[in-house]
Amino acid sequence: MLRARFLIPLAIFIAILGILGVGLTLDPREVPSPLINKPAPAFVLPQLHDADKTFSQKEMLGKVWMLNVWASWCVACREEHPHLIEFSRTGAVPIYGLNYKDERADGIAWLARLGNPYTLSAYDHAGKVGIDYGVYGVPETYVIDKAGVIRYKRIGIVTPEIVRDKILPLVKELNANG
Amino acid sequence: MGKLLALLLALVFAVSALAKEAPPATSDPALEKRTMALAEELRCLVCQNQTIAESHADLAVDLKNQIREKLKSGMSEDQIKDYMVARYGDFVLYKPPVMTTTVPLWFGPFVLLIAALAGLFYYILRRRRSVEPQALSEGEQARVQALLDSSEEPP
Repeated sequence: MLRARFLIPLAIFIAILGILGVGLTLDPREVPSPLINKPAPAFVLPQLHDADKTFSQKEMLGKVWMLNVWASWCVACREEHPHLIEFSRTGAVPIYGLNYKDERADGIAWLARLGNPYTLSAYDHAGKVGIDYGVYGVPETYVIDKAGVIRYKRIGIVTPEIVRDKILPLVKELNANG
Repeated sequence: MGKLLALLLALVFAVSALAKEAPPATSDPALEKRTMALAEELRCLVCQNQTIAESHADLAVDLKNQIREKLKSGMSEDQIKDYMVARYGDFVLYKPPVMTTTVPLWFGPFVLLIAALAGLFYYILRRRRSVEPQALSEGEQARVQALLDSSEEPP
């Protein structure tokens, strides 16, 4: 009995250790987005490659599509880029870019050098559309369904694993539903 | 000498001119105060342990401008908070609302405090009981009496 009582602090210690250990594996940057299952915020922005033309999320109604927020100054985007190029080659889903708080010339040069996975990129120089989409760490990626509702958001790099396990099944499901 | 001094002074002023922060977009001090008060309550998502008011991250500066603009256009503090929550979630609030998921956060410390007080109370009660005075045995009584008697006589 006495011995069991001395084990209690040890048990509490191990429990705290366990909780802290789990905490270490969580990513505090992965904030659950309130935008999931909400309509994609409306915007009209000039296109990156052609300032006279605009792009709006409205044009994509009726299609399942992916919006990827990127910038030439963003290091993680560079890491993500080859995965996006590879994914765009499969043609599974149209990928649109949102060039976020970038200089137009820098953005165009970046795509020219590294390849362009986007059907087109919208140019959000002031970052206001980014705020509407709750962007705080580029790259961020959204999957938007035919009704214009955000169904998935990824903060950080889209890896081939995420494409395989999350995005592709979701795109298939969304395309099948109506 | 005079030239050198002038040069030094010029350098000092040049540096202080560089160090000066960008002037706020508004010259209205009341609006600025409200903007900063609200920014104090919002978390900077890029540097998560700072408020938007403290942070110099690009996004925090943008959001401060956004707050200022919205206050100017007549939106209330609560409306702006709702605007932020709609985009970044409850996480953006430094004072999270009381909900089922945040109940442990709000009341957990009080539960722990009450539990600790209850434990302390129980411990004290038990200890007091365990040292309850016991009657002396006859032998002890005799010894006490003997000691008391002997001390009455001068040494």
